[in-house]
Amino acid sequence: MNLTLRIWRQTGPDTEGAMTTYEVTDVSPDMSFLEMLDTLNEDLILRGEEPVAFDHDCREGICGACGMVINGNAHGPERTTTCQLHMRQFEDGDVIDIEPWRAAAFPVVKDLVVDRSAFDRIIGSGGYVTAPTGSAPEAHATPVPKAAADTAFEHAECIGCGACVAACPNGSAMLFTSAKVVHLNTLPQGGPERESRVLDMVDTMDDEGFGGCTNTGMCTTVCPKGIPMSSITTMNREYLRALRKGV
Amino acid sequence: MALATRPEQRDKQQREKQRPTRPVSTAGRLWRSTIGKKTVMAVSGAVMLLYLIAHMVGNLKVFFGPDDMNSYAHWLRTIGEPVLHHEWFLWIMRVALLAAVIAHGVAAYQLSRLDIAARPVKYVHQRRRTSYATRTMRWGGIILALFIVWHILDLTTGTVNPNGEHGRPYENIVATFDTWYGNVIYFVAMIAVGLHIRHGFYGAAQTLGVGSPTRDRALKVTANGLALILTIGFLSVPIGVMTGVVE
Repeated sequence: MNLTLRIWRQTGPDTEGAMTTYEVTDVSPDMSFLEMLDTLNEDLILRGEEPVAFDHDCREGICGACGMVINGNAHGPERTTTCQLHMRQFEDGDVIDIEPWRAAAFPVVKDLVVDRSAFDRIIGSGGYVTAPTGSAPEAHATPVPKAAADTAFEHAECIGCGACVAACPNGSAMLFTSAKVVHLNTLPQGGPERESRVLDMVDTMDDEGFGGCTNTGMCTTVCPKGIPMSSITTMNREYLRALRKGV
Repeated sequence: MALATRPEQRDKQQREKQRPTRPVSTAGRLWRSTIGKKTVMAVSGAVMLLYLIAHMVGNLKVFFGPDDMNSYAHWLRTIGEPVLHHEWFLWIMRVALLAAVIAHGVAAYQLSRLDIAARPVKYVHQRRRTSYATRTMRWGGIILALFIVWHILDLTTGTVNPNGEHGRPYENIVATFDTWYGNVIYFVAMIAVGLHIRHGFYGAAQTLGVGSPTRDRALKVTANGLALILTIGFLSVPIGVMTGVVE
C-alpha cells in the first residue's frame, strides 16, 4: 500500500520545526510502524536527505522507547507501543500525521525524539527501595500477601514510555508517578520509605513542569501496559496520608 | 573514577542549591503541590455542593405559594436563635461559602496556569477528546462565578431585581423569571452547574482518594444523579413561573 506521511521535522532543540510531507510506496501490511519508518529513512538516505530521527530500542513492546503521536493518538490507533503497531491498521492512500510527545517537561531533541529524563529524576527521587547489598536475601524472609503482590506487579508493568503525558491535555505525569508509588508502597519492602517516597516523587513531578491531573482519564486510554486510573487515586490517598503523618 | 565523579557531584550540589526550598509546614506543603491544591478544590467544592443541595430543596418552597416561601426565608434568619443573634447563622454561612469560593477559584486559577504551561505546543492532529463536562470545567467555572455575582445582586441585595423588595423573595423570584434575560442567564448557569458537578464530584472523589475500581460505577452514578437532580430542581422554578404554575 502507498501512504502519505506528514512528519514533524525539527533539526535541534532550539530550532523551529514544521510538519513535512513524505510519500512511502509499497508498504506491506505486515510491517510494523517502525519498519515502515525505516523504509522511509532508507529512501531519504539514498536521496541524500536527513533521515527522520525517532527513538526505538527493543522493538518487542517492553522498553517504551518508541514514543510518537500518530494521528493524534499516542502510539497510534491501537493501545500498544509503536513497534507493536502494524501497518494493517491503516489503509492504502491514508494520510498519517506523526508528531513527537508534546509536553513542556519533554523538550524535543530532534524530529520525533524527546528528552524524557524528567521521568528518570522522578524515579531517582523515590522510585527505589533501600536494601543492603551483598548476598541475596532469603526469599521467604519477607512474606508478601498475594493481593499485594498482584497489585504491585500490575503497576510495575509501567515501561515509562511517556504516552500518559503525551495524551494528557495537561501534560501530567500522574499516571507514571502513581504507577511507581503504588508498586513500591504496596510491598512490605517499600514500607520504610512509604511516606517520603510519595512526597518526594510528587514534589519532583511538580518541579519538572508536568501539569496536574484533572481526571480526564486520557492517560489510561493510551497506556500500553494498562495502568489503571485507580493508580492515581491510590497515590492521592498515599500523598494525603503521608502529609497527615508529617514526614 | 574519582576525577570523573567529582565535577558531577559539584553539579548536583549546585542543582540542589538552586531548587526552591520546601516549606516545612503541612499546610505549606499541601498548598505548594498540585495534589494539595486539588485537595483544597475538592474540599471547598464539597462544601459548595452541600450548600447547593440545601438551596435547591429550599427553592422548591416556591411551589407552595408566597406565604410558605416568604416564611421559610424568614425562618432562615432565625436559625440558631436565641444562641445566635438574628441573621448570624446566615452571615456565618456566607463567610464560609465566600472562603470556599475564593479557595476554589484561586486553586483552579493556579492549577490551570500550570496545566496550560505544561502543554505549550498543541498537536497538529487532534483526535481524542475528553467528555463535554470535562472539557468545559474551566469555562463552566467562570460562568458560575459570574452567575453568583448576578444572582446575589438579583435575589440577595435586590439591586438588579425588577421588584427588589426585601423580605418578599417569592415576589422577587417571580419578577426575575418574568424577564427573558433572567431565564436565559439562569438556564445557562444551571446547565453549567450540572456539568460542573458531573465531573467535579467524580474528580473530587479521586483526589481525596475515595475512588477505587469497585466504587467507580457508584461514584459515576452518584455524580450524574446529583448533577441531574440539582439542575432539574433549580430549573423547575423558572419553568414553574413560565408555565404559570408559580405566579
